[in-house]
Amino acid sequence: MSKVLKINKSAEESVQELLKFLLKSGKVKGVFTLRKINDNGAVAYSLVTSLDMLKDAVPLFPLMPANGGKLLSRLTLRGSVAEPVVAVVRPCELRAFIELVKRKQGSLENFLFISSTCSGVYPLEISVNGNIDKKLSQYWDATKRNEIVPDTRPTCKSCEHFLPYTADITIALIGKKDIGNKCEIFLNTEKGQKFVDGIDGEFVEGKLESEEVVSMRNKRKDEKKKLFDEIGIEKFGLKGLIETFGKCIGCHGCSKVCPICYCNLCYSDSQTYEHKPFVYEIELKRRGGLRVPPDTVSYQIGRLTHVGISCVGCGLCADVCPANIPISTIFLKVGDSVQKMFDYLPGRDVEEQIPVTTFKTEEFVEVED
Amino acid sequence: MNEKFVPRIVGFLCNWCSYAGADLAGVSRLQMPPSLRAIRVMCSSRVNPLFIIRVFLIGADGVLVAGCHPGDCHYQKGNYQARRKFAILKNIFESLGLESDRLRLSWISAGEGPRFAKVITEFTEKIKELGPNPAKEKVFL
Ligand code: SF4
Ligand code: SF4
Ligand code: FES
Repeated sequence: MSKVLKINKSAEESVQELLKFLLKSGKVKGVFTLRKINDNGAVAYSLVTSLDMLKDAVPLFPLMPANGGKLLSRLTLRGSVAEPVVAVVRPCELRAFIELVKRKQGSLENFLFISSTCSGVYPLEISVNGNIDKKLSQYWDATKRNEIVPDTRPTCKSCEHFLPYTADITIALIGKKDIGNKCEIFLNTEKGQKFVDGIDGEFVEGKLESEEVVSMRNKRKDEKKKLFDEIGIEKFGLKGLIETFGKCIGCHGCSKVCPICYCNLCYSDSQTYEHKPFVYEIELKRRGGLRVPPDTVSYQIGRLTHVGISCVGCGLCADVCPANIPISTIFLKVGDSVQKMFDYLPGRDVEEQIPVTTFKTEEFVEVED
Repeated sequence: MNEKFVPRIVGFLCNWCSYAGADLAGVSRLQMPPSLRAIRVMCSSRVNPLFIIRVFLIGADGVLVAGCHPGDCHYQKGNYQARRKFAILKNIFESLGLESDRLRLSWISAGEGPRFAKVITEFTEKIKELGPNPAKEKVFL
C-alpha cells in the first residue's frame, strides 16, 4: 500500500494542477515536460520556469519526440541542476536516464520524478502528418478499458515495464475508468510525499499494482511473444541480416536518437572506421563487387554489443529509421536475451552495476574451450 | 567436406601468454595446420567485440581469442572482462542465427606450447566441419 493523492479532475488537468502547485509554491524552480509548440499536434520537451509557459504543458501527451532520458542527460552532463526541478517522463525514459547516470552522463541530483502507468506513445509519423489529435480519444478510451492502444509503437504494445521503477510520483492511468474526471496520484517515496504537502486534494491509501495492471502485463507479454515470433531473428543468419540491413541507408539516425548510444565520438562515425583503399581492392578481387555504403551489418551488430545490455525498448530507433527497418524490435529481442544472462534490467536501480563493467571469477566457463 | 579447404582463422593472442605459447609451439616444432593468422594484443580484454564482428563479416572462417588463464592476467582482471564480453557476443550471434561455433575463447599460458598446438588443431578441424564462412560469398563488407 502506498499513499495516494486524489484529485477530482481529469488526469491531464490534475497533473497540470500538480505541476502548477509545485512551481507556484516554490518547491521546484523548473518543470521538465512535454509542451505544445503549435496547434497541429507538435509537442516538444521543454524546461520551463514561468507559470505562464506552463499553461501549454501537455505532460501526458502520447508522443515521444525524443527520449526524455537522453534530454535530461544533456541538461545535466556538465553538472547537476542547481535547484529542484520536476521532470515528467515515461517509464522507459526514466530507465534510460538511470542507465545514462550509471555511465556518468548525467545527474539525478535535485530532480523530482513524475511518471505514469504508461499506455505507450504513437510513432512520430502520426504527429508529423498532423493526425494525432484524431487519435487522442481512441488512446484514452483504450487506456480506460485496459486494452493495448492500437497503432502505438510496436515496442510500446509489447512493453512489460510500464510501471515506473524509480519515480517519486506515479500517475495511475492504466485501467482507470474515471481518468476523465478523477485522478489517482501515487506518492511512492518520502520525497514525493514531501513535495505535494499542502496541495488541495484527498489523501488515501492505494495499491498501484492493481488487477488491471497485472492483466495488462499479461497482455503485453503475449504481444511481445507475437512480435518476437513474427520477426524471428534467430532464423536470420547472415542471409536475413543482409536482407534486413541491406535496406539501411547508413544515416546512423538510429544511434543518434538512442538514449543508450551516448558516445559523442562514435567509432563508426570516425575516420578509423573507414577502410583504406587496399581493403576495397582486396574485397573487390575476392567478391567482384561491393555494397556502398559498406558496413551496415557490422555497424548494427557492433551497436548491439554496446547497447543491447541497456536497451530500454523505447522504440525511437525504429521510429526514425527512413528505411523502415524494425530496429527496435531487433534490439529489444537481442537485448532481452543478453540482459537475461545477468538477470539485469536496465534502469531498475541506479545502484545496480552495468554487467559489462564488472565480472565474477567463476562464470561462463561454458564459453571457454 | 572439402579436403582442400584450409580454414583461415584469425587469432587475437595476448602478448603475455598465448602469443608466447604460440612462439613456444613454433620453436618446439610442434605440428599444427597452417590456418592461423595471429594478431598480437596486449591483453585479451583489448579485443573489442567489433574486431571479431568485422573479421567474421569479412570472411574469416574462425576467430580465436586467446589469453592468460583466469587469475593469471598481467592486468589482473582483463581476461574476466574479456570472457564476459565474449559470452555476450556469442549470445548475440546465437540470437541472430549466426554461427557462434566459429568463435572460440581459450586460455593458453606462455608455457603451454603443446596446448596451443592442440587448440589450433582442434579448432581447425571444427571449422573444416562447418565449411567456409558464407560471408566470403556475400557482396557485402
Ligand atoms: S536509422 Fe535505419 S537507415 Fe539509418 S542507420 Fe539506422 S538502420 Fe540504417
Ligand atoms: S536501441 Fe532503440 S529501443 Fe533500444 S534504447 Fe536505443 S533507441 Fe530505444
Ligand atoms: S594479459 Fe593476458 S589476458 Fe590479460
